[in-house]
Formats: sequence, C-alpha cells, structure tokens
Amino acid sequence: MEKKSRRSFMKTLGVSIGAAGVVGGSSILNSCTQVESTSGDTITLLTSSGELVKVEKSQLKPADIPSLSENQKRGREGLPGKKFVMVIDLSKCRNARQCMKACQNHHQLRPEQHHINVLEMQDAENTAPYYMPKPCQHCDNPPCTKVCPVNATFKREDGIVLIDNERCIGCRFCIAACPYSARVFNWFEPRDADKYKGVTYNIEANVPQKKGTISKCLFSADRLRDGKLPSCVSACPNGVYWFGDQNEDAVTNGTTHETTSFSELIKTNAGYTLMPDLGTKPRVYYLPPKDRAFPFQGEIEQHHS
Amino acid sequence: MEKEKSPEESRKLLDKITFDLTRSIVKRDELTNFWYFILIMFALVGLWGWGIQVRDGLGVTGMRDYVSWGMYIANFVFFVAVSLIGFLISSALHLLKIKWSKVISRVAEQVAIAGVALAGIIIVMDMGRPDRFLNVFLHGRFASPIIWDVTVVTTYLTISVLLFYLPLLPDLALLRDKGSDDIPQWKRNVYRILALGWKGNAEQYKLMAHAMRILMILIVPVGLSIHTVTSWLFAATLRSGWDTTIFGPYFVAGAFVAGVAAVIIVMYMYRVRYGLKDYFEDYHFNMMGKLFVLVCLVYLYFNINEFFVPGYKMKTAESIHLSNLFTGKFSTMFWATQLFGLFLPITLMVNKFFRKPLPITIISVFVLIASWFKRYIIVIPTLEHPFLPVQNVPENYQHYAPTSIETMITVFSFMAAILIITILAKMFPVIAIWEYAEEKGISREIISEPKN
Repeated sequence: MEKKSRRSFMKTLGVSIGAAGVVGGSSILNSCTQVESTSGDTITLLTSSGELVKVEKSQLKPADIPSLSENQKRGREGLPGKKFVMVIDLSKCRNARQCMKACQNHHQLRPEQHHINVLEMQDAENTAPYYMPKPCQHCDNPPCTKVCPVNATFKREDGIVLIDNERCIGCRFCIAACPYSARVFNWFEPRDADKYKGVTYNIEANVPQKKGTISKCLFSADRLRDGKLPSCVSACPNGVYWFGDQNEDAVTNGTTHETTSFSELIKTNAGYTLMPDLGTKPRVYYLPPKDRAFPFQGEIEQHHS
Repeated sequence: MEKEKSPEESRKLLDKITFDLTRSIVKRDELTNFWYFILIMFALVGLWGWGIQVRDGLGVTGMRDYVSWGMYIANFVFFVAVSLIGFLISSALHLLKIKWSKVISRVAEQVAIAGVALAGIIIVMDMGRPDRFLNVFLHGRFASPIIWDVTVVTTYLTISVLLFYLPLLPDLALLRDKGSDDIPQWKRNVYRILALGWKGNAEQYKLMAHAMRILMILIVPVGLSIHTVTSWLFAATLRSGWDTTIFGPYFVAGAFVAGVAAVIIVMYMYRVRYGLKDYFEDYHFNMMGKLFVLVCLVYLYFNINEFFVPGYKMKTAESIHLSNLFTGKFSTMFWATQLFGLFLPITLMVNKFFRKPLPITIISVFVLIASWFKRYIIVIPTLEHPFLPVQNVPENYQHYAPTSIETMITVFSFMAAILIITILAKMFPVIAIWEYAEEKGISREIISEPKN
C-alpha cells in the first residue's frame, strides 16, 4: 500500500525543488534544506515531503519558476489524465481544525477567510449533530464558472475549479451562484500584502491574494503538480481525508498514507455528495458520520436550513 | 388634432407655446443655483466615498462573504426598473396610438436616460476591481448573464438617447430660428449645432417619423430585455428566494410601478416650477393615475404568485426565507413595501380625487420609496440565508448593514440622476413644442418659418 501511494503521489521526488535550495533559493522554497553534500557524484537532499534522497549532481538544475503567462496557461490546462476526487470521512472528524490552519497558511488567508470550513451540522431536529469539513466541491457542473463574465474562474481537465485573480473583476456573481458558500472575497488588502509584494502570481495556489478579487479552495493544485497531497489532507491528524485520482480509482488517506480503491470506499461506506438535487455533481464525497470516533462537543448554531 | 387656424392666430399661439415651454430654459434664479449646488455637493461627497472605497477595498461597505451583494445591487435594480418607463410611455403607448401620453414622452425619456445611465455607473462602483472593467470586453464570456446585461443596458441607453434626440430636432431648429433673446447665447449655439441643419420640410418630417417608428419597435424587445436579464442575475442562481421562474415578468411589472411613480413626480415638479398647468393638465395626471392602478394590479398579481405559491408549500429553505420576510427581521420592511407600494396606491387611486395632481404626486413619492426598499428585500434576505450554516466568521459576516460610505455612494447615484434630469430640463423644452403646436392645429409651415 505504502508503495502504491508513493507511485501515485511522490513521482516527482522534489529533485528540482531541492536543487533550487543549493543554487540560490527563494522565499517560496526555503523549506527545502540541504543536509549533506559529498564531494563525489551524488548529493543527499531532503525533499519537501520529508524524505532523504540521493541525486547525481549532474542532474541538478535550478527550479524554473514559470513566468506569469506560462503559469496561467498551464494552470488553465491542468494535469493531463487526472480526475481528482476527495472523500471526507465524517465519522473521523473531531473538529481539530488542522486542515483550516494549514489551508490558511498555504493560501495566505486572513483568519476569517476559509477555503475549507469545519461546520457544525445537524440535519433535522432530532438527528445527531456532527462536524463537516467543507471545501469547494469542485462540481462537474459548476454554477460559479457558468456565471463568470470574464472567464476568470474555470473548470480544468483534471476536475479542479480554479480562479485567475489577475483577470477577476470582482463582480461576485460566482459567490451568489455557489450554493455551498465555498467562495471568499478579498474585501481588504490581503494578509501579508506587503511581504508578498512583487512575488509572481501563482494561479494554482491563488497566491499572492489580491484585493478586490475572489478566492476559494483549489485542491492545492500547485502541490498536486509536485505530486503532493493538498495541504488540508496532509495536515489532518485524524484520518478524515482521502484524496486521489478517479481515473486510477485510487485514493490515499492524508494521515495514514493508506491507499485504497475510491469506488470501493464510497460503496462500502455509503458515500454521498452534498445537495445532489441541485445537479452540481460535486467531486467531493462524504462518508456518513456513523460510529463516530469522537463525541460531538460543539453548540449547534441556528443558522442553517 | 384641432381645426386649422388662420396664420395670424397660429403665429400668436405658437409664440405663447414657445414662451411657456422655454421658461425652464430661460429661468435661472437663486433657487436654480441652490438646487445645482445641493445636487453637485452631495454627488461630490459620494464620489469622494467611492475614492475611499477604491483605495481601501470593498471592505469599507457592509458586504461580506455571505451577503456579497448589498445596497449597490439593490440600487442598480431600482434604477434599471425606473428607466423602463421610457419604453412604456414613449414606445408602447405610442404604438398603441394612445394620444394623451404624447406630452409625457419627453419626461419619460429624461427619466429613462437618467435611470439607465446611473444603473451602468452603479455597477462599475460595485466592482471589486473597477480598473479591470475593460476585461468585460476583452475576455467577455457570452454564457454569463452579466454580459447580456451589459449588452442590453448599453443598447437601451443608445435607443433611449435617440428617442429623446430625434423628436427634439424640430424644437432645436425652432429655438435656433425663433428663440427669444432671453435664452443664453451659449445655449442657442448648442441648438444650432445639435439641430443638424433641420429645415422642417416634408421629407425631413417623413424621415424622422420613419426613424422613430423603427426605434419604437426596436425598444420593445430591448426594454423587456433589460429588466428581464437583470432579474436573471438572481434567477440564474440556485438560492431560495431567487430561484423562481417568474422573476422576469415580476421585475418588469414592478419596474412599471416604479417608473410611473417617478414620471408623475417629475411632471408635477415641472408643472409647478415652470408654470405648465395648461400643458401637464389635470387630465394627464388622471390618465397617469389610471395607468398607475393598472400596472399596480399587474404587479400585485405577480406578488401573489411570488409569495403565495412557495408560502403554501413551505419547502425547507424557502420557509426560512419567507418567515424572515413575513414575520422575521425583514417583516416591517416587507409589509411596508406591500402596503405603500401596492395596496394603498390601488385602493386610493381608484377614486378620482386621488388622481388629481397633488394627491397622486404624494402617493407616487411613497410608491417610489417603497419600490426602492422592495429591491433591497429582494437582494439581501436571500443572501443572509445560504443553504449551509454561516459559521466561524465574525459577527458582521452574519448580518448585513450598509455603512456610511455605501450610503454616500448611493446618495451620489440619486443626486447624479436628478442632476441629469435637471440639466436636460434646463437645456431642452420638457414637452415637444412642435408636436404640441401641431396638436393645436398649427401647420408645419408656420412652425418652421424663420423669425419675422
């Protein structure tokens, strides 16, 4: 299982990323550390996923940070041959909120901005309350991209709904159109606006955020390109998230790194999607909050329908 | 049309008509200056507010991630609604060969131009990135209702301006040739240029009539479109309260109510301020009152459909929305708009007394205010209640309240709209002189003959 997970998601060993640390480094890449360098032909590097690898020195080359237009172009196309899918196991969620924290760090969000929001839910008066992490549902029939007047938000080949905040005009029609309240707006200057001034925009992480434009969950498309799991999935301590490729029919748990069959997982656990009657066809599946590992401790608010 | 008069009588009558109808152009006193001062001052304060908003971000408004459309959008819908009256009075009624509305045409077009122009400006002011406005044309996606709206609003503005301008040509020529010396010289220079060398011969009149007819027919689908498409900005979403199939006609019917009210108010202002008692007669107010009752009844019918049918079923999400309107937070506003915007005008104006100029104007003021609030409760309550719970956000994300900057910018839009109407009234006769003269039996030869 472990091996399969590596094959699926660790294809890129972060060679080029590690190398950038050697060559010059940049603020984005400073998490990569050079551990030891030998005078011979190979060099040992620590990849950003925490593994030590030996690489031939001759293979080292500086990481290319694509230009804005190149980034926008490949960001619109997506990863060929993939169909990303997420499964959220509600029986495991204990409201640790590590997903929210990791997400806000990754996407440079203010504390009140949530790409993923852990909601306290109760479906009917007498049913048991539960916690429900809610990212963008990456619908296959997205109501948000339909209404965008300038094609600033769009659906990619690999199933991800992305935003180009270099093009967004800030009309907020997509917020009105989204039934899942998945979208946030930069009402003010974004967090750390000064710090990231002049940094080239990365469409696949939607950073740096821009005042007057939209943001939302992107399944950490930049990390997927590097063969890594989305930030929230990796950060979860409780094994709530499964993430993978529907074409391969394989999903990997972000906590246990166990890989299993996607169709099997949702079949045996009675997986479902949110508000299927709206016809949005989400790519995020939920497993019911049955046999919960943790008791519900929150107070249910009265704002939901 | 009255019987042909003798040339002498005709000339005398034409002079009187011209004198009366150019009073607005000539008149410039303390009150005029004060009026301009108030309008421009408040408009400038609003523009300053917009400057702050551009600098600091849309966060200076009360809008947040859940209620992400607020007073600006409600105000936008209001202005589009008001502007629709141009289509009803100067096109639909004309095509139906209804005579009494002719003198009101120009007032209706003034209101239409001001309304639709401001609607366009408000939308830009609501944008998070107004500096990227051109993206709408560079990257426009025709599947988005916003692109349809931009298309029809600009088309409607163009046709409305033409519908205002074309029948103005004989008047401009008349003022160029026979305008009194009291009219400032610069205005007469403007008339000379804008008259485009109008001579008033039969061929020109024929061309104008032809062009007008084409425009009047063209504006029917365009006029219906502007408000239908505006309603689709809401109806194209999945949200309860907006997700309804009757939004198009419901908005159009409501637009006529707001527009008739606006036109009656402007008519009354002109009648009193420019001494036009013999032009905007009691008869015209009476007829407008009847039209008012008619459009209110149509709107009432759509309101019943819009609220009774979902109210009968009370589906989960709909019931939260409707309880909020009927008995909840927005109930005062909701029932007040129904009472002052529909119920009272209908019950009062079926009586002849309330169709007299002053009573009907007072009713119109109430109706116009109610129509503005009606748009407010169409936009905001729906957004306050999304399908999923609103959690883990600050208190001000849960409820919407407009801020002072938002109010300033909204006041700007009113002042700018009134300013446009005022300038049009101060620049050009508020009733078509030539048309009115013709109605009184004055021949075209006399209208277009040079000053003796």
